[in-house]
Amino acid sequence: MVDVPLGVAGVPLAEVEDVELYHPKSWLTHYVFSQDAKIIAVQYSVTALSIGLVALMLSWLMRLQLAFPGALSFIDADAYYQLITMHGMMMVVYVLTALFLGGFGNYLIPLMLGARDMVFPYANMLSFWFYLLAVVVLFASFAVPGGPTGAGWTLYPPQSITAGTPGLAWGIVMMLVSLMIFIIGFTMGGLNYVVTVLQGRTRGMTLMRMPLTVWGIFTASVMALLAFPALFVGAVMMLFDRLLGTSFFMPEIIEQGARLPYGGGSPILFQHLFWFFGHPEVYIVALPAFGIVSDLISVHARRNIFGYRMMVWAIVAIGALSFVVWAHHMYVSGMNPYFGFFFATTTLIIAIPTAIKVYNWVLTLWRGDIHLTTPMLFALAFIVTFVNGGLTGLFLGNVVVDVPLSDTMFVVAHFHMVMGVAPILVIFGAIYHWYPKVTGRLLSVPLGQFHFWVTFLGAYLIFFPMHYLGLMGVPRRYYEMGETAIYPPSAHDLNIFITVMALLVGAAQLAFVFNLIWSLRHGRPAGGNPWRACSLEWQTSATPPPHGNFGKELPVVYRWAYDYNVPGAPEDFIPQNQPPLAGEIASRAP
Amino acid sequence: MHVVLVLVVVAVGSVLFHFLSPWWWTPIASNWQYIDDTIIITFWITGVVFVAVLLFMAYCVWRFRHREGHRAAFEPENRRLETGLTVITGLGVAAMLAPGLFVWNHFITVPPDASAIEIVGQQWQWSFRLPGQDGKLGKTRVDSITDDNPLGLDKNDPDGRDDVVLQGEDLHLPIGKPIKVLLRSTDVLHDFYVPEFRAKMDILPGSSTYFWLTPTRTGTFDILCAELCGTGHPYMRGSVVVEEQVAYDAWLDGQQRRMLAQQDGPTRQKGEVKAQQ
Repeated sequence: MVDVPLGVAGVPLAEVEDVELYHPKSWLTHYVFSQDAKIIAVQYSVTALSIGLVALMLSWLMRLQLAFPGALSFIDADAYYQLITMHGMMMVVYVLTALFLGGFGNYLIPLMLGARDMVFPYANMLSFWFYLLAVVVLFASFAVPGGPTGAGWTLYPPQSITAGTPGLAWGIVMMLVSLMIFIIGFTMGGLNYVVTVLQGRTRGMTLMRMPLTVWGIFTASVMALLAFPALFVGAVMMLFDRLLGTSFFMPEIIEQGARLPYGGGSPILFQHLFWFFGHPEVYIVALPAFGIVSDLISVHARRNIFGYRMMVWAIVAIGALSFVVWAHHMYVSGMNPYFGFFFATTTLIIAIPTAIKVYNWVLTLWRGDIHLTTPMLFALAFIVTFVNGGLTGLFLGNVVVDVPLSDTMFVVAHFHMVMGVAPILVIFGAIYHWYPKVTGRLLSVPLGQFHFWVTFLGAYLIFFPMHYLGLMGVPRRYYEMGETAIYPPSAHDLNIFITVMALLVGAAQLAFVFNLIWSLRHGRPAGGNPWRACSLEWQTSATPPPHGNFGKELPVVYRWAYDYNVPGAPEDFIPQNQPPLAGEIASRAP
Repeated sequence: MHVVLVLVVVAVGSVLFHFLSPWWWTPIASNWQYIDDTIIITFWITGVVFVAVLLFMAYCVWRFRHREGHRAAFEPENRRLETGLTVITGLGVAAMLAPGLFVWNHFITVPPDASAIEIVGQQWQWSFRLPGQDGKLGKTRVDSITDDNPLGLDKNDPDGRDDVVLQGEDLHLPIGKPIKVLLRSTDVLHDFYVPEFRAKMDILPGSSTYFWLTPTRTGTFDILCAELCGTGHPYMRGSVVVEEQVAYDAWLDGQQRRMLAQQDGPTRQKGEVKAQQ
């Protein structure tokens, strides 16, 4: 007991046993079938970013169709609906979920908690390979007869499995199977993230000393483990309806004049299952982004995150509340209208912990020492877009206000701003921030600045005006806006403007890709801790961190991750593994 | 300090865009002015928050930018400030939620004197059914649907005998009378959406949904489908004509006579044959 260090509050901390690592024996087990969370993180990230580029190109095609209807002969209505479906599903599940949890989760959880690796490295490896298999099945649906499904990413039955929707033959089956494989893969990864956070922390790393990044990823992983099963059973049931003739979601219906042999099922049951997954999914993407952006702001403003404990409780509260708000996606679905009172109330209550997070981000800037580095720029832009998208959520969440706006372009603009643009800006900021740790080199600043300005301003100019198309009454998921007396001719010009901005923003991502590749070789050497940050991933024995992350001894943690500009400290940051300084007051911070 | 400038431009520009852009909702033609009012309240509250947050950020970035020798303050928490902000946010949320729930209650409470009409969505066209003289809509069954009975009216239900079925024609509504719109689909999901009415509702196969409205402005309005229903979704259009009671009565009378002529045509011929025998 003698050498057990005391926490800052004077509480003795539990001993953590060192784990036995799997040591790769060949190139194949080192780089391909790797069990090292850092390699798996890179595998996840590269795969997800590549899918992101594909999804981006799909969005180009759909925007071209909206701006210049019929100009591209290969985009007929079938193709258009296939494009929007694949774009949506790829971005929500295969890019954002995979990148935040599989990518950042794998890289940062062990490093930030002072662990040598995830607690189940083999399952962690399998998690990636299941993910890759899910991706292969998803992309294979482009090649099957009839092409991928065009049911919209929400896959609402009966439409998703009846005539009139493309991909009826194979596409929908491939989509459902791919989702099921993804969920199996995610479960293996997710259990890893949760157990590692609970069991794998180094000495002194209490839960309330964890960086908010880990809190965000941890809470999101717990939520995903609870939410994805709803999608899984929904997918199984729909697969049965489609292939075995069951009627879980299928009432008595007519398909192009012919009575189908279904009856007694409920299409709305699928919507409940889908959104029981789908709404937590929004926060599964948002919470890691919340956590990461908190750390980016704190490091680059050289100031402790303001209200750490409130931030943690806000993350937990949002995670819990997000399971009782799902039917706000269904106010006009035809469900019992009295549900509206309950779900509008819960939905607007969730705005309170979310607002607290925003206040604490901007209050961290207050009296800071703000360095406008590339990650900081992205973090600031995240606040702008997230506040914008979050506030329009108050329109859609407030049941009766949702009535005229639901299923219009307002919804498209809202969710792109809040769960598309905002989290992706965080992803970019995080990559600029942690790339030096992953590769040992800094990304180019001029290229990063160019990438930032075009992406932020371009994306804002795409999605801010789009709200007004919806307010005007343009429905979403229209192959072409068409002519209606209430649409002024200028609405078509706005559509063209949005498309031009989308092409520009998309093209600017080439600068980012080029930066990622070019800087691998030519970037400025970063050293171990280029941002002078407190958290443990910057205190590794070498950069990039070796197998096992830390040297012979695991670091011991004496303080939280936000000791920036502590009065009396010699430097403007104190690493988490720095023992208390002479004369430092023990109980001033968590 | 271009970051500061951009933050200010985004805040001010968004507000200017809101007030100056030509893209705004179309003038309302129903009693749901309450919904528009609630949206306006929400715009004001959220607009103030958006501008305040952005301008505060801009001020921080300018005032606390990194300079040589400048140090950040160390302040982990401030209970009073955090509690105060939470309370203010709670009040703002309540100010939006209360009118929202109030109007929602109104929205789902159909007035007892509302007259019912039925709107049927089918890939990819709108059909309508109005009750005849008896004021009642007859029963329908999916299994009764045939080419000459596209809405599946139950022929044995006397209430349905005089129902007026409209396919490929405009729907007419009288101004100033509350209407309960019953919605039905025989294939996939649809959504009856007339932007001028503000109210809309999904249409489900297998069950019936509803909403109500009182038209308040005469004119011809486009009907759109607002729930993805397959590749014909954007082309599923129709028209609704809101007119004065006199014009509406004349139109309805004509439709009823047409229906009776269609229905009675074959039976009367049969009767005549019998009489001759």
